[in-house]
Amino acid sequence: MDQLLINVLNGVSAGLLLFMLSSGLTLIFSMMGVLNFAHASFYMLGAYFAYSLSRAVGFWPALVLAPLLVGAMGAFFERTALRRVHKFGHVPELLITFGLSFVILELVKLIWGLSSMNFPPPELLQGPAFTVMQSDAHGLGLAWGAAPADRCASTAAAVMHCSTFPATRFFMMVMALFMLVSLWLLLTRTRIGLVIQAALTHAEAVEALGHNVPRVFMLVFGSGCALAGLAGVIGGVTFVTEPSMATIVGSIIFVVVVVGGMGSLAGAFVASILIGLLQTLPLTVDKSLVHLAASLGWAVAPGDLGYPLMKITLAQAAPILPYLLLVLILIFRPKGLLGTREG
Amino acid sequence: MRRTPETRPHYHFKPWNVGRWVLWGLFALVLAVAPLLWSSGFALTMLSQMGIAIIACLAYNILLGQGGMLSFGHAVYTGLGSFLAIHTLNMVADGRLSLPVSLVPLAGAAGGLFFAALLGYVTTKKAGTTFAMITLGIGELVWSMSLMIPEFFGGEGGISGNRVVGAPVLGISFGPQLQVYYLIAVYCFISTALMFALTRTPLGRMLNAVRDNPERVEFVGYNTQRVRYIAFMISGLFSGVAGGLAAINFELVTAEVVGAGRSGAYLLFVFLGGATFFFGPIIGAVLMVVALVLLSELTQAWLLYLGLIFVFMVMYAPGGISSLIMMNLRVAAFGKLRPLLGSYLALAGTAATILVGAGAMIEMVYHLQLNEALGPELRFMGTTLNAHGFDSWFGAVFVLVVGVGLFELARRQFTRQWGVTQEEIEREIKRREAAI
Repeated sequence: MDQLLINVLNGVSAGLLLFMLSSGLTLIFSMMGVLNFAHASFYMLGAYFAYSLSRAVGFWPALVLAPLLVGAMGAFFERTALRRVHKFGHVPELLITFGLSFVILELVKLIWGLSSMNFPPPELLQGPAFTVMQSDAHGLGLAWGAAPADRCASTAAAVMHCSTFPATRFFMMVMALFMLVSLWLLLTRTRIGLVIQAALTHAEAVEALGHNVPRVFMLVFGSGCALAGLAGVIGGVTFVTEPSMATIVGSIIFVVVVVGGMGSLAGAFVASILIGLLQTLPLTVDKSLVHLAASLGWAVAPGDLGYPLMKITLAQAAPILPYLLLVLILIFRPKGLLGTREG
Repeated sequence: MRRTPETRPHYHFKPWNVGRWVLWGLFALVLAVAPLLWSSGFALTMLSQMGIAIIACLAYNILLGQGGMLSFGHAVYTGLGSFLAIHTLNMVADGRLSLPVSLVPLAGAAGGLFFAALLGYVTTKKAGTTFAMITLGIGELVWSMSLMIPEFFGGEGGISGNRVVGAPVLGISFGPQLQVYYLIAVYCFISTALMFALTRTPLGRMLNAVRDNPERVEFVGYNTQRVRYIAFMISGLFSGVAGGLAAINFELVTAEVVGAGRSGAYLLFVFLGGATFFFGPIIGAVLMVVALVLLSELTQAWLLYLGLIFVFMVMYAPGGISSLIMMNLRVAAFGKLRPLLGSYLALAGTAATILVGAGAMIEMVYHLQLNEALGPELRFMGTTLNAHGFDSWFGAVFVLVVGVGLFELARRQFTRQWGVTQEEIEREIKRREAAI
C-alpha cells in the first residue's frame, strides 16, 4: 500500500514535470500555430546552464538565472529566425525549430561533452521529503524527512514497511503547482494576460487596438522557453543531465499535446498527469499476457503463435504505452481529450 | 451519360516532349556508366547507397513535397521493408521459399506497403502539424517495439543474411558488388520513372490540391483523408523497395534503420535538395550519402555544420538547392546571368571566409573537448592551430568578423541586383505576352 502510494506520487510528479514542458508548448502553439520542435532542447539547455551557473553562484540563484537565460535565447530565436520564416507557412516554421534542435544538441555536446554531468541537488533537496510508514497494527503513518530508524524497524507486535519520497520530486511537484497557479493568474487576472488571450483568437483585432502583437508573440515564445528551462533545472537535478535528455522527453511532450487536444491548456494538464502515471506505474508490474492467459486457464507455451508478443511484461512495455495511448486517442477521439478544434 | 461537346474525345496535336526524353535518357546513362568511371570498391559502395537513397528520398517527397505532409517517421517504412526483405532472404536461403534474389526488394515493397496501410490509417487522419507529431509518435512506437521483440528485429546485433543464395540466374550470383549496383540501378530507374508518372496522374494532381487547399478539395467532393492515405501507402511501397535493396546491399539489418536519426536524415536532406521540384530529392539523396560517408570522416563536428546549413537554408532558400538551380536557370534563359556572376563570386568568397573563421573555432573547441590528451595543437586547413593560444583564437574571431561584415555588404549588393534582374525578366515576359 505504502509502495503504491509512493509510485502514484512518483507518477504525478513526473506528470507535473511534463506539464511544465507541455504548457509552454501548448501556449506557443495555440498562439502562433508553431509547434516548437526545439522545446525539449530548451529544457536541456536549462539543465546545462543551471549546472554551470550553480558551480559559480550556487543552486538557488541558478534556479532563477538559468530559465531567464533560456527565455532570452528563445525570444532572440523568435525575433531573428522564426519571425522571418513565419511568412512561408507552418511547415517551414516547424522545420526551422527542427533544425534548431539539431544545432542545440550539437552545441551542447561541443561545450559540455558527451558524458553526463555531476549535478547534485543542493543540501536542502537531498534525501527524502517524507516517509510513508505502514504497519500491520497501526495502518498508514507519515513522517517528514527520513523517519527515525526505530520507527521503521519491525517489532514483534507489528511488521513495518517504510517508503521514502525524494525531496527533489517533492520540490518538482511544488514548483509545477506554483507555476500552474501563477500561469492561470497571469492569463486571467492581468492586462497582459487578456491581451495574450485576445491575440490567441483575434490577432488582427488586437493589433488594430494598438497592441504590438509581434512583441507579444516574442514574449510568449520567450516565456514558454523559460518555463521549459525551469523544468530543465529541476529535471536536471532529479534525473541525469546528459545530451540525450532532450530526446527522452521530446517525443513524449508531443504525445501529451496531441492526447490533451491541440492548443488546450487544461487538456495538456490532464494528459500530462495521465502519461506521467502511465510511464511510472506499469514499471512495477512484472506480469505479461502469458500470466493473464494462465490465470484464465489457457496455458501458452514458448513456440506457440504470438508467444514472443505475449511474453512481454507490462514493465517492459511501459515505454510504448504513451504512444499506444496516442494511437487509441486518434482512432476514438481525434480532437484529443479536451480539444475543441478538429485539426 | 449524354455526351456534351466538352466531354467528347477530341484529338489535338501533341508533339514529343524532346527535353524530357533527353533528360531521362541522360539519367539512365549516368546510372549505367557511373560504375565504369568510378570503379574502385569504395566508389561502388557509395554509388549503391546513392541509388538506394534516391528511391527513399523520392518516396519521402511524395509526402513532403507533393502532399505537404511533414513526416518525422519515414524510416519506419524503409526500415520495416528492410527487415521483411532480410527475413525473406533468409527463408530463401533455408529453402523454405523459392524466389530469385533480384525479386527480394519486392518483398520489402510489400512490407512497406503493409505497414503504411496499417499505420498510415491512423497517421493520415490529420494533416499539417498534428500529422507531423503523430508520425513522430509512431516512429518512437516502432523504435521501442524493435527493442522489445528481438525475435523479429534481432536485438542489438540485428539480423544478418547472405545474398548469394540459390542458383545463379544468367550467371548473376550477386556476389560482386557491381552486380548489386546494377540491380539497385535498375530498381532506381524504374521506381523514379513510376514516381514521376504518379505526379502526372489525376491522383498526383489531387494530392497537390490537397496540399495547397484542402478545404476547396472537400467542396469539390473528394475525401482529403483518403487522398492522403493512398499517397501515404504509395510512399510506403517505394520506401519498402529502398529498404529491401538496402538489406541486399548490406546483408545486415539492425534496429537503427527504424530509428529517429534515420527519419531525421531523410527529412533534412530532402529539404536541402528541394521538395518543390521532382528532381530535388535526387540531389538531396546524393548529398546525404556524401555527407554520411565523406563529411563524417573529415570532421567530428559535421552534424553541427549540417544543422547550421539547414537552419540558414530554411530561412533564406526554403525551396532548397533545386529551387536555387531553377531560379538561376530562369535568369540564364533570359540571358541575364552574366552580370550576377560577380556578386556570386563575392558571396562565395565571403561565405568561405566565414566558414574558415567559424570552422577554426568549432574545431578548436571540439579538439579541447575530445582530444585533450593529444596536446593543444591541431591541424586545420594546412595550418597548425593552438587551442590554448590567444593568437589562434584572435585570428579565428578576426577572420569570422571580417567575413560576416563583407558577406553582409555582398549580400546587400546581390539582393539589389537580383531584384532589378527579376523586374527586368517580369517586364520581358509581359512584353512577349503583349507581342503575341
